[in-house]
Amino acid sequence: MMASLTHATTTVAQTVSLFDGVDGFVLPVILKLAFVLAVFFVLPLVGGYLEHKVMGRMQHRRGPVEAGPFGSLQLVADGIKFIQKEDLIPSAADRWVFAVAPGIALVPAMLVFLVIPFGPGVFALDFELGLFYALAATSVSVLGVLMGGWASANKFSLIGGLRAGAQLIAYELPLIIAAITVAVQAGTLSLVGIVESQATFQLFGTGINVWFVFPQIVGFAIFFVAAMAELSRPPFDMPIGDSELVFGYMTEYTGIKYAMYMLTEYAGMISMSALMVVLYLGGWQLLPGVPLPGCEAGGGLFDCSPLGIALGVAITIAKIMALVFVMVWARVAYPRLREDQLQRISWLVLVPLSLANLAVVTILKVVF
Amino acid sequence: MTGHDVIFVLIGLLTASAAILTVTSKNLVHAALFLAVTLAGIAGVFLTLAADFLALVQLLVYVGAVAVLFLFGLMLTRAPIGREALDNQNRGLAIAVSGGLFVLLSTLIIGAVSSGALGETSVAEVTGPRIEDIGIATFAEWVLPFEVLSMLLLAALIGAIVLARPESGESGEEAEVTRIEMGDAPASEGPQPLPDGSAPELTSGKRSEGSS
Repeated sequence: MMASLTHATTTVAQTVSLFDGVDGFVLPVILKLAFVLAVFFVLPLVGGYLEHKVMGRMQHRRGPVEAGPFGSLQLVADGIKFIQKEDLIPSAADRWVFAVAPGIALVPAMLVFLVIPFGPGVFALDFELGLFYALAATSVSVLGVLMGGWASANKFSLIGGLRAGAQLIAYELPLIIAAITVAVQAGTLSLVGIVESQATFQLFGTGINVWFVFPQIVGFAIFFVAAMAELSRPPFDMPIGDSELVFGYMTEYTGIKYAMYMLTEYAGMISMSALMVVLYLGGWQLLPGVPLPGCEAGGGLFDCSPLGIALGVAITIAKIMALVFVMVWARVAYPRLREDQLQRISWLVLVPLSLANLAVVTILKVVF
Repeated sequence: MTGHDVIFVLIGLLTASAAILTVTSKNLVHAALFLAVTLAGIAGVFLTLAADFLALVQLLVYVGAVAVLFLFGLMLTRAPIGREALDNQNRGLAIAVSGGLFVLLSTLIIGAVSSGALGETSVAEVTGPRIEDIGIATFAEWVLPFEVLSMLLLAALIGAIVLARPESGESGEEAEVTRIEMGDAPASEGPQPLPDGSAPELTSGKRSEGSS
């Protein structure tokens, strides 16, 4: 029995990160850190700009137009403004906890980008436990929110923090179960391995090569909804519901600390979208079963020419931005839920559905 | 000492000092936050011992869930907002219990190591087990303890829910409650049972059949 179990394991991607191609020990580490930081600071800005513009167009206005070409530097200008603002700490607040809280929320959001593959070889780390690592890192962010809500010494902040805590606990469960289902399907927890397994995955019993979104459309929907709720994005933004709680746990925050919370949210949008692209949408593949030009190994996924690498990264980022667009669309289209509706959706709809999805996929995986 | 050892010692010191601060800090919320630091530090210790999976489980379960639940419970019930202190009065008892546990555990560990009960320890490159091996060991060899543990947790979960439900009296019969269904108007304050124990007259909201 043991022997048959051991043989059933699939092989994980053997590709190494581009940054490991450089000689030495220090240089690859510096390159990887620079890559993670660049992704962390640039992509959320692009996502934020997209949100400004899309929301503007959907509400029959133009969005930012003044700063830079087509208003594209608006968020940079906002960032400079935040740095210039006075950094206020309420006199009743718990100074240290208040000051540290935004950082506690921000750092895990940054650490997630360590394992996310953006293209063939374009990732800092192919961790055997990549998916698990990403989920564990995101689960820590909620501490920063709870700390900020409590330390502000403000009732609205406290209630906002509590709501955020309850919401993140409730939606973490369906999120993780949906992600586990993909790991069961792929037979690996490595994010690069999951992308690779989608290149060769065939729909149960047929010869058609598809991405995991097709057999797991339910899981994808659960993951998408749970991800939006994890990020407290509208229509799941009860923790900062401005008509009830002023601005929730961020009420007392100004200047750079407020900007850190905002950056956490936008970085979370990017990292959650990137996870969805990797888990369900085939990573840097253009279409299911179509190899990238210039790529040799792994069904046209690896050993790429510079053109193939650039194309792969462009495809990944395009998919990420498409998902960000849908998130913004949902924000514009739907009103905010009520707190009890929010909890009800998670515990009575998403959790049972994700468990059923896991059971079905596991059975199908064993049968075929 | 190699660089690995230095990092191990630093993380150990951080963890130990956070643990001491957890029990000495006068503010309950600070204590819970230091507990989170301690638990994260233990994850770091696991990481330096090449137990990646264990470190991530520690982070996800203890920091991401247990510490968060502690904080959540504190804030929901009795945490003073801001800088006020809320201190436990059982300091002497706590010192006695924790001191006794410390002596017991260190005696056991030192005894086990010095008597060679742990076997010959060889100094080698530290490598963690592969995640596949952990999975196969859990679900093939140790599946019975695993299932027993999950049943225990399930029982604890159900017990907690039963204890926390205010509407179930000693007789086991439930008072009528108003549940807010999706789309209904929010109830301002759930109707409390009347003093004589009967359900209040409901004017709005759907009457649920009080599912178990």
